[in-house]
Amino acid sequence: MTARTVRPIRGTAAAALATALALTAAACSNPGSPGGPAAEDGVVVGIAYEPDSLSPLLGYGKDGNSKIFDGLLAFDADMELKPALAVALPEVSADGLTYTYELRQGVNFSDGKPFTAADVVFTYRTILDEKTNNPSKTELDALKDVKAVGDHTVVFTLKYPYAPFAERTVLGIAPQHVAAKQDVNSGPFTTRPVGTGPYVLTGWSKGEKISFRANPDYWGGAPEVKKFTMAIIKDDDVRATRLRSGDLDGAVLPPNLAKGFKGDKTKKTYEATSYDYRLVTLPTHHEVTGDTAIRRALDVAVDRRTMVDKILEGAGKPAYGPVPTDSEWFTKGTERAHDLDRAKRILDDAGWKPGPDGVRVKDGVRAAFPLWYPSGDKLRQDHALAYASDAKKAGIAITTQAGTWEVIEPRMKHDAVLAGGGSPGDPDFDQYLLLKSTLGGDGFNNMAWYDNPVVDKALEDGRRTDDKAARKAAYDTVQRELVKNPGYTFLTHIDHLYVVNDSWEGLSTQVEPHDHGLAAGPWWNIENWVPKK
Amino acid sequence: MTAKQAGRRLPWGAMARMTGRRALAAVPVLLLVTFAVFAVAAASPFDPVKAYAGTAGLTASQENLDQLRANLGVDRPLVPRWWDWLTSALTGDLGDSSVMRQPVADVIGERIGWSVLLAATAFTVAVLLGTALGVLAARRRGGWLDRCVSSAAYTLEAAPAFWLGLLAIWFFALELGVLPAGGLTDTASETVTFGQVASHLVLPALVLGVSQLPWFFLYVRQGVADALDEDPVRGARARGLSERTVLLGHALRSGMLPMLTLIGSRVPELITGALLVESVFSWPGIAAATVQAATSVDFPLLAALTVLATAAVLLGNLLSDLLYGLADPRVGFDG
Repeated sequence: MTARTVRPIRGTAAAALATALALTAAACSNPGSPGGPAAEDGVVVGIAYEPDSLSPLLGYGKDGNSKIFDGLLAFDADMELKPALAVALPEVSADGLTYTYELRQGVNFSDGKPFTAADVVFTYRTILDEKTNNPSKTELDALKDVKAVGDHTVVFTLKYPYAPFAERTVLGIAPQHVAAKQDVNSGPFTTRPVGTGPYVLTGWSKGEKISFRANPDYWGGAPEVKKFTMAIIKDDDVRATRLRSGDLDGAVLPPNLAKGFKGDKTKKTYEATSYDYRLVTLPTHHEVTGDTAIRRALDVAVDRRTMVDKILEGAGKPAYGPVPTDSEWFTKGTERAHDLDRAKRILDDAGWKPGPDGVRVKDGVRAAFPLWYPSGDKLRQDHALAYASDAKKAGIAITTQAGTWEVIEPRMKHDAVLAGGGSPGDPDFDQYLLLKSTLGGDGFNNMAWYDNPVVDKALEDGRRTDDKAARKAAYDTVQRELVKNPGYTFLTHIDHLYVVNDSWEGLSTQVEPHDHGLAAGPWWNIENWVPKK
Repeated sequence: MTAKQAGRRLPWGAMARMTGRRALAAVPVLLLVTFAVFAVAAASPFDPVKAYAGTAGLTASQENLDQLRANLGVDRPLVPRWWDWLTSALTGDLGDSSVMRQPVADVIGERIGWSVLLAATAFTVAVLLGTALGVLAARRRGGWLDRCVSSAAYTLEAAPAFWLGLLAIWFFALELGVLPAGGLTDTASETVTFGQVASHLVLPALVLGVSQLPWFFLYVRQGVADALDEDPVRGARARGLSERTVLLGHALRSGMLPMLTLIGSRVPELITGALLVESVFSWPGIAAATVQAATSVDFPLLAALTVLATAAVLLGNLLSDLLYGLADPRVGFDG
């Protein structure tokens, strides 16, 4: 019995080896063929992480650029909204509670069925349904209901005026005729999606790659890049090596590895600015980090410029709040210079006097606290160590500790954490979740339990009006308050680096969020790339 | 010898009886194992809701997270959760995997073939190569081949499979550039072709096979060497049989016995080895899914995969006992 089963396997193995040798020989015979391994009209990029699902109902592509799907609106290169499945930007009622979208006609899903208002209603209602396991549905918290008026108009009604609502409608629209017949959480639609987008999924080998093929009937015109593959390669070094060997046409890389491609004439490096911040939470409920003098001293004692130069190798900017300094929403004049003497003065004036071991003491309390960072995250570890060393010079003792989120999370109310995040699109997105006092300890929102009534009011004002000047004034207030009482020490905004073969035109980068590589990156608009002449 | 008759007419009845007894004994084992999986997963510090939500969980409201917890059914106590899983699993419904967003049956169905291919190839490599090298080494004990292979075997036995894997990637894929570093097919390829799979199979199968090889090699070497000193071999040589017949017909035959036991007991090692090798080579198999299921506390997937691994181990043991009974009728099929 065994002898019989072993024989064919041995045969297969021999055949496999023979084939492998033949292939190997073939591969050896044309090393470094120009244009890489993909066909002339194909692009293969290496990214660091993959989505959990490809269903927009479960949160895929909620910030746009989902390739397979289109939103009602989309972001352009400057992160301005432009119409996509809607023919124009929405009409907003005077009270800011009703958004009306006119839909594009004659658009078909990739299975040939027409796109209508019913699909829009289905998508939003399913996301809001409590049985749908969509972890991002909080982002649609303002939405009360959506209904179709005829086949080509949808009307959204909100619970409260929410200025950045239109920015939320970039999320992909799922076809009702496919997705409604399945279990929303585990049906085949989550892995074999059907959409209206410029690309159609041809395969998803989890942990390995996601393959797309151009949708020839795309309403925006068939893309020139006919085959698009995203290889999921978690290890930075492996990704760099595979880019160098020609297996990839482009990849996201950390600054030290991207530097290695500087001299390569066939590749171009793209530096995308981002909202991706690193900060230290200063929990209100800790007697040292809750002290305003300590917070202000840390805010000026920290040397952000050196962090950018040394840790990020220049690929980034000092951060003074969630809004990056080059954003139109940034409040000029709120930059804090590195000033150790000023930090010491602030502490002296507040009664924090140096103790025998150099650590300051006030009323018997030592100016010391722990700072956690997620183990394995080299970037955050470097930030944490630099922060602790800067703080020590001012007489504040910080003990850095590594741990998994399971260890860190229960301690977040009292212990400082080196956290990160950032979503462009609207100034409300980050600031509301980070600073609103009622969100203290709500999941990972407002991790420091920051509590400032002036900020609370300004945050509400900022999201409830559509008037840009009024919004700007509100967010200026928030940023100025952060100078007076910095509940977080913002350290850096990190640029994301991509190295791509220089064989296509039309590449650009958007301002990117914390998560990047999949939707963000130079391939955010790969459907518009054209071959280089 | 009686083995000759056994080769003609297999004792089917005795073998079937043993298989039946083992199947009955497997039931409580499987029950215990599934319960243990649920208990360990429930006690683990990982939070299934956090794992499900991923980075979106960082900005999700507590209300959203609580709703997810209820939907995923992970807020319920351990025992009813296990009981529900068990009863529906018996009716054929293995539940939905939260981490893969797919029914568990689909996850396993898509992957098991690739895992079996990898494990079977590796096992074949290990058994055939181990036996061949073992016989050659035993023939001239202390010779250069024996000394080289034996010291290599001890080194390999001490080397973890993932380390071997990384080493192999570095050497064959990065330094020489002759074999792909991972995956099932080339990155740019959309279809799974035989040639593609074969070239991608070489490194992982070799690494997994080589990591199992020392055991087979050392057992065969010892067994054959011992047998060469025994009376039957001396008798065979005295009768003037060729060295080849003596070595393969007599010495190998009795030297193989301990190796048959080994085949069964190496199955668990093969599975854990595959776990590491699949992860290192991004091989889309069961083992890679197990790692994900474990770190995201995906109860249904984890339980189904553990049952599968347990069954593989039990089957391996049964197989080696059956083979042993066939090779040495004195042992019989009493289990």
